[in-house]
Amino acid sequence: MCLAIPGRLVSVCGAEELRAGEVDFGGVRRPTNLAFVPEAQVGDYVLVHVGFAIAVIDEVVAAETLDALTALDVLRDDPDSLARFEASLPAMAEQPKLRRLH
Amino acid sequence: MRHLDEYRDPLAIRSVLSRIEKALVRPATLMEVCGGQTHAILKFGLDQVLPPKLRLIHGPGCPVCVTPLEQIDRALAIAATPGVIFCSFGDMLRVPGSHGDLLLAKARGADVRIVYSPMDAVAIARREPSRPVVFFAVGFETTAPANAMAALVAMREGVRNFSMLVSHVLVPPALEALLSADGCEIDGLLAPGHVCVITGQEEYETVSRRFGIPIVITGFEPLDLLSGVLAAIEQLETGRACVENRYARVASAGGNAAARRVVGEVFEVCDRKWRGLGEIPASGYAFAPAFAAVDAERVFGLEDLRVDEPDDCPSGLVLQGRLVPTRCPQFGARCTPDHPLGAPMVSAEGACAAYFHYGRTAAEGEEARA
Repeated sequence: MCLAIPGRLVSVCGAEELRAGEVDFGGVRRPTNLAFVPEAQVGDYVLVHVGFAIAVIDEVVAAETLDALTALDVLRDDPDSLARFEASLPAMAEQPKLRRLH
Repeated sequence: MRHLDEYRDPLAIRSVLSRIEKALVRPATLMEVCGGQTHAILKFGLDQVLPPKLRLIHGPGCPVCVTPLEQIDRALAIAATPGVIFCSFGDMLRVPGSHGDLLLAKARGADVRIVYSPMDAVAIARREPSRPVVFFAVGFETTAPANAMAALVAMREGVRNFSMLVSHVLVPPALEALLSADGCEIDGLLAPGHVCVITGQEEYETVSRRFGIPIVITGFEPLDLLSGVLAAIEQLETGRACVENRYARVASAGGNAAARRVVGEVFEVCDRKWRGLGEIPASGYAFAPAFAAVDAERVFGLEDLRVDEPDDCPSGLVLQGRLVPTRCPQFGARCTPDHPLGAPMVSAEGACAAYFHYGRTAAEGEEARA
């Protein structure tokens, strides 16, 4: 229910509560209400929930977040942790396993 | 897709997992509040790669799951009214009411339609002016602005055949109820990132101070979730308890003021009954008096309907993080996504559905960690 997807704003029209635009989600385009993101401009990435953009993604903060999470690969000096991680890789697969238990 | 794929990078995940392992000294229990986070944790197998000393329990952040039985019965009564077009997000169609669900009502001839946005329901009302169109407005703070805007637009445009059955709930009062409960084992919270996009973090600071608990505003991708876990663990291990934002690329400290303005115009805070948790004071939204004309409960005369919750589904314990789905005697037997006994097995955010879809069993799940 709180699912929200980032997409790129490719066009804008209208004003105030009916300000709307088209958002591209990796090739799929959907009409999106922009009333809650008056600052959004064509080219921005917005977060879309039930047909409404609810935030403009801050590219600077996004880059800083990724830098902070990827800058320090401490595994290089931690072979035990690396081995445990490698052993767990099959569990990281995204394929759901539909199964009846009884 | 940009702003999603980067947060699934195996090398970065590896690095953060390793940092969590290094940081975690004492056993800890964290609750991820949002059902979307629960599903991501199971989908990506994060529960199986985190250290055994760390226990993740699943919170009540699934609006479909906490919608009380009487609200489903109201929806069924409205949908069965001749001439009505009943519009809903898809998740609500299979939630059991006292006698069937909305999908069964549709099969029996009711005009029940799935919509992507509440504005789609307003558009249907414009196209079908001779028929009452009712939208089932369910959701947390994330969804309230969109639903409020639909009501506002319908009122301003004079779309007189449009109304909404409102069942909005709010996260912080539910967290306070959980944290106040006897035997609460929660050491830290991963707060729902998309709720905070709207609300900001002020209410969470109040909860953190009152209960002395770390709260980390967290996103939904693997790196987001692990980053949230790491921040909560670092707070616990250093004896701190504050609100930290690990989803700052979309959630600002002040939230979305434009969205909150519309919510404040259309809704007012009310007491709400939560399925499995009972009535929680000031934990929901109802229409403000000026919007009585679009309040479906009044339009259809259903304000006084009261229904007791059934006792064959222990969803309340699941929603409080006190029962792991696989330990429910009905799980996978009498209760499956095809034949759900309760909402947590129906919803795309329900913990029971997540355990079922991603193949968790008691043997390989929580008991392996116990």
